Amino acid sequence: MAIFQRNTKVKPALCRTGALAVSAALLRHKSAGAGMAIIWMLLVMALFAPWLSPHDPNEQDLYHVLQGPSRAHLLGTDDVGRDLLSRVLYGARISLIVGLLSTLTATVIGVFLGLVAGYKGGLIDGFIMRLTDTVMCIPGLILLLVMAAALGPGIHNIIIAISALGWTVFARITRGQVLMVRELPYVEAARAAGASGWRIMFQHLLPNSMAPLIVASSITVGGAIMLESAAAFLGLGVQPPTPSWGEALRVGYSYLEIVPLFSLAPGLMITLAVLAFNFLGDGLRDVLDPRLRGEGDKIK
Amino acid sequence: MLLQVEDLSVCYPVFKGALLKSKRAEIRAVEQVSFHISAGETLGLVGESGCGKTSVGRSVLRLEEPAGGRVIFAGEDLGALDKHQLRQLRRQMQIVFQDPFSSLDPRMTAREVVGEPLRIHGLFTTRQEYRDRTDHLLEMVGLNPGMAERYPHEFSGGQRQRIGIARALSVSPRFIVCDEPVSALDVSIQAQIINLLETLQERLQLTYLFIAHDLAVVRHISDRVAVMYLGRIVEIAGRNALYRSPLHPYTQALLAAVPIPDPVLEAGRKHLVIEGEISDSLNLPMGCRFHPRCPKVEERCREEVPGMRPATERKHWVACHSAG
Repeated sequence: MAIFQRNTKVKPALCRTGALAVSAALLRHKSAGAGMAIIWMLLVMALFAPWLSPHDPNEQDLYHVLQGPSRAHLLGTDDVGRDLLSRVLYGARISLIVGLLSTLTATVIGVFLGLVAGYKGGLIDGFIMRLTDTVMCIPGLILLLVMAAALGPGIHNIIIAISALGWTVFARITRGQVLMVRELPYVEAARAAGASGWRIMFQHLLPNSMAPLIVASSITVGGAIMLESAAAFLGLGVQPPTPSWGEALRVGYSYLEIVPLFSLAPGLMITLAVLAFNFLGDGLRDVLDPRLRGEGDKIK
Repeated sequence: MLLQVEDLSVCYPVFKGALLKSKRAEIRAVEQVSFHISAGETLGLVGESGCGKTSVGRSVLRLEEPAGGRVIFAGEDLGALDKHQLRQLRRQMQIVFQDPFSSLDPRMTAREVVGEPLRIHGLFTTRQEYRDRTDHLLEMVGLNPGMAERYPHEFSGGQRQRIGIARALSVSPRFIVCDEPVSALDVSIQAQIINLLETLQERLQLTYLFIAHDLAVVRHISDRVAVMYLGRIVEIAGRNALYRSPLHPYTQALLAAVPIPDPVLEAGRKHLVIEGEISDSLNLPMGCRFHPRCPKVEERCREEVPGMRPATERKHWVACHSAG
């Protein structure tokens, strides 16, 4: 593995052409490759759920409740006789939508605040970073519960709640990167050319701070899926009858001794999804890191 | 007179404490520096590392807020301009940086680097015009426009410095601060860049403030030379006058340190070595800042700061009690 990384031309420091090199290196990275394979599988599940599902996920069949695997129902049925396989396939939609959307909003908010804090410095920096510290102090699940209780259950509110928790990581990372990059001569060169603060932030500071942000967002997607499942497990997430892994886990949990697959299947899916994004994040870090070091060498 | 600098001072605060920062002291990096540059002229600014030459260059361009003094460019006092007017004026004054490796954004292509000032000042209307102008700029500094889509890391140091120069030229400035533009380059490349700067000066009627610590380079390119020591200009004169008959003891020592490229002559000449270390910039000596190391030190040098005064020759100014 190490040999591969050394071979993947460390020099081209994160330029646009480097995107190709990064994906090539990622594919060679074992765990990142596995992570990407699982993520692709989840995407296919979510996108093609209507065609892949053998049954309507909401169709109840009260004559065949809590059944084990059979030819008609490959994973069995749940407590109201719905096909478990179909529900697991459809459940990927909720998990991915929540995971990706909340990470996206968290990234946008966090990166913006981090950029402003790092670039402006002084009082603005102090204010933004103390706000970040404050939010970070609050245990995630508790804030999630409070917000879900205040806003009411539902997918939008879960996304809002997770974003409200997740932006702090991005704000901190961005600020740290900006503090490093803003002292480089090319930022001064931009100022000498008459560039405005916004231009410096978005044209120079942000593109040169990307690497750790990409890693963090991949890991955050996993965390967001986890939080969504936790909220659903506690009955605060998506409302029935919309299929969701967390919700299936909760209901199936009561029937663990009769039909273990009822909770095992969604539980495994959650584990797989979280692991996949973490693997991808780890892989990205390994692939992007030597480049970062390469960049650092040049600064000196 | 294109640029006039009067009593320019630059200070850097030194902070103490992590949580509640308190200003502990001030480093007076530049103190009461005055000079002027006429249009089309090159003023060389020499001095050892840390003497404040770069701070002078930066505060002339207002990349740094000076603590005192005035910078008048083309009749306008830069200190009196607001943010907007200053940005407009940035079109007329540009800078070429010392390190060609870190002064170009690694995520921009050569064309983007060169074209950024054009974008900022809205100097083109169509895509084609943008391409033509950036191509022309690259050609002007001796680069093949075919390389415009490459990233900085794909160029050599000399080529990168050419890109930096093309970027500075993009907005058709009248005045360029060259902040040690060749000191990070190989000697063989230095000559090429110097020649390029000279050719461009002639072609575009540019005015340079050329900052360097290499005396030979400064001698080659400058019309007049100013010598700095610990934040003050100690001597300023025409190039030939300064190199032939330096008046300030520091300038004399500096010039004496330049080796002669002939081993026989080099072995035979007497060396004038200045004693001691450069003074601590947090704890500057009273009187003349050079007095702790000066071979000709007198009593009043320790108390009285020598002012700039004209020496025997015209346009030859020196700040020394005993010189002249």
